[in-house]
Amino acid sequence: MATTLNIETLAKEDALEIFTQMLLIRRFEEEAERLYRRGLVRGFLHTYIGEEAIAVGAIPNLREDDYVIGHYRDHGHALARGVDPKAAMAELCGKATGCSGGKGGSMHLFDAEKHFMGGHAIVGGQLPLAIGIALGVKLKELDSVVMCFFGDGAVNEGEFHEAMNMASLWKLPVVFMLENNLYGMGTDVNRSRAGGASIYGAAEPYMIPAVQIDGMDVMAVRETVSEGIAKVREGTGPVFIEAMAYRFHGHSMADPSNYRDNEEVQENRSRDPIDKFREDCLEAGKIEATDLELAAEKVDLVVQEAREFAEQSPEPAPEELYTHIYADPEEN
Amino acid sequence: MAEMLLRDAMSKALREALDEDERCFLMGEDIGAYGGAYAVTRGFLEKYGEERVRDTPISESVFVGAGVGSAMIGMRPIVEVMTINFTLVAMDQIINHAAKLSYMSNGQLTVPLIIRTVTGGGGQLAATHSQSFENWYASVPGLRVVVPATPYDALGMFRASRKDNNPIIFAEHALLYRVRGEVPEEYYEVPLGKARIAKPGTDVTLVAYSGMVRVAEEAAAKLEEDNISSEVIDLRCLSPLDLDTVIESVKKTNRVAVVEETWKTGGFSGTIASDIQEAAFDDLDGPVIRINGPDVPAPYARNIEQLMIPSADWVVESVKYNFGL
Repeated sequence: MATTLNIETLAKEDALEIFTQMLLIRRFEEEAERLYRRGLVRGFLHTYIGEEAIAVGAIPNLREDDYVIGHYRDHGHALARGVDPKAAMAELCGKATGCSGGKGGSMHLFDAEKHFMGGHAIVGGQLPLAIGIALGVKLKELDSVVMCFFGDGAVNEGEFHEAMNMASLWKLPVVFMLENNLYGMGTDVNRSRAGGASIYGAAEPYMIPAVQIDGMDVMAVRETVSEGIAKVREGTGPVFIEAMAYRFHGHSMADPSNYRDNEEVQENRSRDPIDKFREDCLEAGKIEATDLELAAEKVDLVVQEAREFAEQSPEPAPEELYTHIYADPEEN
Repeated sequence: MAEMLLRDAMSKALREALDEDERCFLMGEDIGAYGGAYAVTRGFLEKYGEERVRDTPISESVFVGAGVGSAMIGMRPIVEVMTINFTLVAMDQIINHAAKLSYMSNGQLTVPLIIRTVTGGGGQLAATHSQSFENWYASVPGLRVVVPATPYDALGMFRASRKDNNPIIFAEHALLYRVRGEVPEEYYEVPLGKARIAKPGTDVTLVAYSGMVRVAEEAAAKLEEDNISSEVIDLRCLSPLDLDTVIESVKKTNRVAVVEETWKTGGFSGTIASDIQEAAFDDLDGPVIRINGPDVPAPYARNIEQLMIPSADWVVESVKYNFGL
């Protein structure tokens, strides 16, 4: 595991920003769960609760012209990339004001302007797309990088191996971000992968530099990803970062989590990434408790506004059923 | 007007794309050093270099997906999948991703991607290498399916495809590459979604596409010997589908047979037949005839392979028998 960056080197405003972003994702999803129980959010709702340190440690290191693409557990990635919480919450509620116009739902958030290229809900399917975006970047002779999130479940898909090979073969600017939360839906990674729960070695046969970090330690994620991005931007090819994680809730709202020991869940919850960061900051005298309280109040307000916006927004008009199936005819 | 092989018309279409649009690049298995399994891209690597003529690993899913991803950020990739049989390996990228991104993103993203592939049987390549899946792709909203039958249309519809902003399955029939046809020197386009009356007629309408257009034309010539006048319609595209041209013809002839190479069960001819009956039931003098390959995997041995591909004689017999002509 990589060493943790000393929290002392952080600027106070950066520390506050990290805390705020992680808490925003947490509170946003807790609200989404309430909306689900109220019947305003339907379909599948997969929360990122427990894994916030990865998105928040990783994504803010990117430039605006870089790209983010990921899987269906995508609320954290979207929010960390700056997608408007109102538009994200409205999307979860199937509203016309949602970031995908109410056509994507929780699993398919998009914000092309922010270069958030989607939550993608076929396991592993986003990996070839990331390769293509990176290839496009290369052909355009830009120095943008593509950050691609995927889970431990995706590693057993053929598309993962095809993507790793092509990224390395063509030296494409991809940061592979593996979020290893130890379960592919309900199946323990040890029961699905011959190589066991530690996955980063899978990058080795493809000659991709790889590292494993504690995904609950936002500072470790921040430092490692920042180095990884710099390396990728040099144009020498992809890097692979395995962030060890744990989702505190079930796979989706439909999942009672019968396949995990309560003890295991409780033990991981005791390592809550937000609590840890808060304590580290207070201990280092980086932030005052009152700063954190103020930040939390602001987050609550943002989430409340997002909920109200989503509740009050209109549903898509019936004719929206038929829009954007094909691209608008236009000069190109 | 100059005559040209369909293969050369496709080469010309691809050279134009690379010459005229710097966002275009080609990607696929053995298109570069090898020159293309059907020699369409012979000499391209030398002329355009390996950045724009990209030989890929045999990894259909990732190179099709790479086409989708690069199209998402404004490139105009032309991906070649060696045969339509191999597109099955990339179906996740084609159907779950390429066809969905515009809709799911509410129009924020578009996928201007052309997937060129080779379809059809008749080459004694047996069950895994002789299939036609254009009909499957035509059933997926978000995809366009272009199926040229002549060199003229191959070039003209490829030009139109390049101007479209959607993922396109551009399926070239393996046995048509050596077909010769007139291709004008001056620039022209053939719009997507406009069927062609390959031969006008009055007694019966034969609807076909891709490799079956020639079979229908041959059948029409044979029927002509018996004073039965056939109108042959080449659909050109399965999506968008030009039903109007078909219906107009049926209203004139009152009899229609749909000729298609793939299996009858689930064949696109079923969709056409159903659409015709909904739109022109009172104009029909009899049921819409579907002439498809039987529901069997393609065999290797030539004699039995030929039994599963609709032929001119088969069409002639079927038309005469079913319509009492």
